Amino acid sequence: MSLLDVENLRVTFPTRQGPAEVVRGVSFSLGRERLGIVGESGSGKSQTGRAILGLTPAPGVTTADRLSFDGIDLRNLGARQWRGLRGKRMSMVMQDPKFSLNPVMPVGKQLMEVLRTHGASRAEAREKSLAMLEAVQIRDPERVFRAYPHELSGGMGQRVMIAMMVVSEPDLLIADEPTSALDVTIQIEVLRILDRLVTDRGMGLIFISHDLRLVSSFCDRVLVMYAGRVVEELKASELHQAQHPYTQGLLNCLPQIDEDRYPLPTLDRDASWAE
Amino acid sequence: MLNVENLEVTFALGADVVRAVRGVSFTVQQGESYGIVGESGSGKSTVLRAICGLAPTSGGRITLDGAELPTPRSPAFYRRVQMVFQDPYASLHPRHTIDSVLSEPLSIQGFDRHDERIEQALEDVGLGAGFRFRYPHQLSGGQRQRVAVARALILEPQIILLDEPTSALDASIQAEVLNLLDRLRAERGLTYVMVSHDLAVISHMCERLLVMQHGLAVEELERADLRGQRAQTDYTRKLLKASAGYTKEDAQA
Repeated sequence: MSLLDVENLRVTFPTRQGPAEVVRGVSFSLGRERLGIVGESGSGKSQTGRAILGLTPAPGVTTADRLSFDGIDLRNLGARQWRGLRGKRMSMVMQDPKFSLNPVMPVGKQLMEVLRTHGASRAEAREKSLAMLEAVQIRDPERVFRAYPHELSGGMGQRVMIAMMVVSEPDLLIADEPTSALDVTIQIEVLRILDRLVTDRGMGLIFISHDLRLVSSFCDRVLVMYAGRVVEELKASELHQAQHPYTQGLLNCLPQIDEDRYPLPTLDRDASWAE
Repeated sequence: MLNVENLEVTFALGADVVRAVRGVSFTVQQGESYGIVGESGSGKSTVLRAICGLAPTSGGRITLDGAELPTPRSPAFYRRVQMVFQDPYASLHPRHTIDSVLSEPLSIQGFDRHDERIEQALEDVGLGAGFRFRYPHQLSGGQRQRVAVARALILEPQIILLDEPTSALDASIQAEVLNLLDRLRAERGLTYVMVSHDLAVISHMCERLLVMQHGLAVEELERADLRGQRAQTDYTRKLLKASAGYTKEDAQA
């Protein structure tokens, strides 16, 4: 049975020019695997991730024909039921640790908060938090536990965020550009941590990114989004056989270390892609 | 043409002393495109800022055509050397129109024929005169970066310092901006010094490059060395490998 089922997901924001639909009928299902969602800014990939967790910012409205997580219908959950799910069974890693961690609370306290909210004792929460910091390859967990977010580097901050999101061992993790703010070498380390969580714990992962090449080297399956729609679904290993001109264009326009192409091919957007 | 010798940049904040650049040397020939690669905190952007006089140098020499640069830099220096910054959302004044963004350097340097030059500069970066009286918030990221390039070009400089000019842009927009930079260099015989964390972008744009780590120069490579994976140091090899993406070996490591 699949972990997450999404059918005809739509997210709409009211604007002065009338309603703007930013996600327009996205459907997919996710098992215990790594699914990538790729697209450029404004393609609706982040809004898709947020909508699944019920985090569409007001006054946006989410509708779907089907939105179920492990048999639970997510469409009409109350605030209390959401609290029971979010953080515990499904969670989300945001893009930038600088803006997503509480700047005036030590890291350890923020980590413990997750566990305390879901009913762990203080000692238990502390022990688990430290273990999780170690699990995300932080060398000196005791020091980081006491540190404030501004005392950590970007890579460390991102690992802390991942630790915070997986400390409660969720079944589903949505990672929204978790490595975009990081250097290439640290990026690989963060991916390794996520990879282990999928393989060892059987977690389902939705990896949202603008980097098609990175996603295809890491995920099992890739959804390519353009203007709020999924234009193509691919096995990551068959990316070079992409059919849609948008996917091909995205792949082509990246410079490569071992290639000489002047000028670089650019993307000619076709109005029909958005239909 | 541009020569940097044993450059040292130190930031002192109270008792905290950060040696951001520690003895970096390189030479850029006329008409060349020179790259500087490194991770965040490696000091690569600080080198560019030091050349421009925006960071305090505590040691070493920077010379342009053999002459040491005065501190603060003279207007004549900025005539010849211009810089394009990383974030087009932060580097344009939000309440100045594109017209005033472009006319300010012209007034400072005492150029004539403002109208003509502004229209030409916008044309050169592929925007057209229709953008002249817009505000930055009316432009997309790629269009803003074109304005930033136009602002650097309008003084007809010989050297342009590019600090991660495409890292805030989408892949398809990045291709357009890189093509624009390539074309302008070919047409005008410009010299570029380009900083990036992306090896692929540097390999596309630059004939020679310097790899930096922790404020030190790790090694200097030709483009052919980079393509042939002939790196001398472990650090560069690690960078090259990481740039290739995630592999199954990474999972086991």
